[in-house]
Amino acid sequence: MGASAGPPLKGRSLWDDARRRLLRNRGAVTGMVVLGLLVSAAAVGPALTPWGYDQVNKTDVWFAPLQHGHLFGTDALGRDLLARLLMGLRVSLAIGLVATFVSLVIGVAWGSVAGFVGGRLDEVMMRFVDVLYSLPFIFFVILLMVTFGSNFILIFVAIGAVEWLTMSRIVRGQTLTLKHKEFVEAARAAGLGRGGIIARHIVPNLLGPVVVYVTLTIPAVILAESFLSFLGLGVQPPMASLGTLIASGASDMELAPWLLIFPSAVMVVTLMSFNFIGDGLRDAIDPKDR
Amino acid sequence: MFRFIGRRLLVAIPTLFLVVTLAFFMMRAAPGGPFDSDRKLSPAIEKNVLAKYGMNRPLGAQYLSYLAGVARGDLGPSLKYRDKSVLEILKENYLVSLKLGGSAILLAALIGVSLGVLAAMRQNRAADYGVMTVAILGVCIPTFVTAPLLVLAFASKLGWLPSAGWNGGALVNMVLPVTVLALPQIAIISRLTRAGMVEVLHSNYVRTARAKGLSERRIVTHHALRAAILPLVSYLGPACAGLITGSLVVEKIFNLPGLGKFFVISALQRDYTVVMGMVIFYAALILILNLLADLAHAALDPRVRLA
Repeated sequence: MGASAGPPLKGRSLWDDARRRLLRNRGAVTGMVVLGLLVSAAAVGPALTPWGYDQVNKTDVWFAPLQHGHLFGTDALGRDLLARLLMGLRVSLAIGLVATFVSLVIGVAWGSVAGFVGGRLDEVMMRFVDVLYSLPFIFFVILLMVTFGSNFILIFVAIGAVEWLTMSRIVRGQTLTLKHKEFVEAARAAGLGRGGIIARHIVPNLLGPVVVYVTLTIPAVILAESFLSFLGLGVQPPMASLGTLIASGASDMELAPWLLIFPSAVMVVTLMSFNFIGDGLRDAIDPKDR
Repeated sequence: MFRFIGRRLLVAIPTLFLVVTLAFFMMRAAPGGPFDSDRKLSPAIEKNVLAKYGMNRPLGAQYLSYLAGVARGDLGPSLKYRDKSVLEILKENYLVSLKLGGSAILLAALIGVSLGVLAAMRQNRAADYGVMTVAILGVCIPTFVTAPLLVLAFASKLGWLPSAGWNGGALVNMVLPVTVLALPQIAIISRLTRAGMVEVLHSNYVRTARAKGLSERRIVTHHALRAAILPLVSYLGPACAGLITGSLVVEKIFNLPGLGKFFVISALQRDYTVVMGMVIFYAALILILNLLADLAHAALDPRVRLA
């Protein structure tokens, strides 16, 4: 960074500090680079592979990696594993992002209102979260998938609806400390209403902890989706996700171990880069936890 | 304390009520029913079968009579396993899941706490980094990846352990499933222990103990450990939820006759009563464990007052 070359009296904002700390964290930087590669591969990869992800080829079954130009080999139906893997990665990442966004919207709205309004409403809203917390949620997600069949939107909604609870708790705690700050009082004195204060002053200041939690929620969502797909309840064939690829790889592993190993490796690398970035962000934004 | 337990049990009742209600109506909203099969039943027989299980009545009435049954401790008959009640199915299969989950959590606590203490005592040195790397790997490698990979290595290639089956709970059959279940828990527990230990080792009373000239070993075992593992006690509830989730996968992969295997199958077969029974069972289990965790927390930490 060229910050040191600037004029000596230029102040550094908290975000500048956070960015410097983040860029000094080797794990987080590695995570960001790897994730960047994975995301670009998922974005453009499926268009570049010579075979389609659902292209069945009855004569090309069980090719080992590198055989006949299939970099990662083929599966029982002769489909190219690389093409399926790129598609699966795209699907898993998309589900991770969208479901996290769902949980973000619900969690931030719920937590900031509960924390800011306080009193009875706060108690009722947070009690509700407590009750939901103690439910065996995976069962409800499974029931949802069974009830309405597995469609894409439902996977987003079901997982997002589970993950918003922690987000709302974090946001509420943060809101409680924010609402007694001077700038909120100033806004109130200037005549801004409750809704305006929440939207204009509370929510933007929640950014730090929320960003950290989002980067840790995305891998949790990817994991949840893969878990459902593994049980046969998530993404349906011929569409692929990392979970369905691992599931079918696991059933064919005696014959074709590469079908299990490549998807597993991609899954683990993806989850790890998110976790490293999340840990790095937490250290950078909230240095007292180090 | 009794007032605390009483209050928590009072909160547990509406929670369980919510669980029963949600699960009941979600299950019934699912298309298809338990008596659908490839061979179409004749309308007369179907009518009789539905009447036998009281399923010809309006949904609201069925719901109320189900609630009344649950309140009496009667979970009804299974709709698929014709001669068995839900309670019998739970009784016959919960021991396998309990044994798996119990062994996994014990193993995880033992290894996780030891690793966490080791990492905290060697903070920022090779052992610490080693343990924390293992912890990150453990969180990032899901059970449905570790399970098939371990089977591939230890059962298919090396032939040391059986790849599946329960065999009456023989030790060799338990090694792989318990390991798979325990790995993510080891990762989380070692992280929690390390964080707690690092904090406690910097506290004033530990400095006092050092000033008295106690050995570092005695400080850790007699003074610091008790305070450092407090966060673990509150982790008991989430750990149980994690084990239940894991058991769904593990029991499927290793083909074990536990409850987890039943749940997905029963849900797909629309065996309403079995699914409901299992949801209630697990919800109650999690509620009880959370209560126990709070009590244990208060017992271990005199600063906590139950209110």
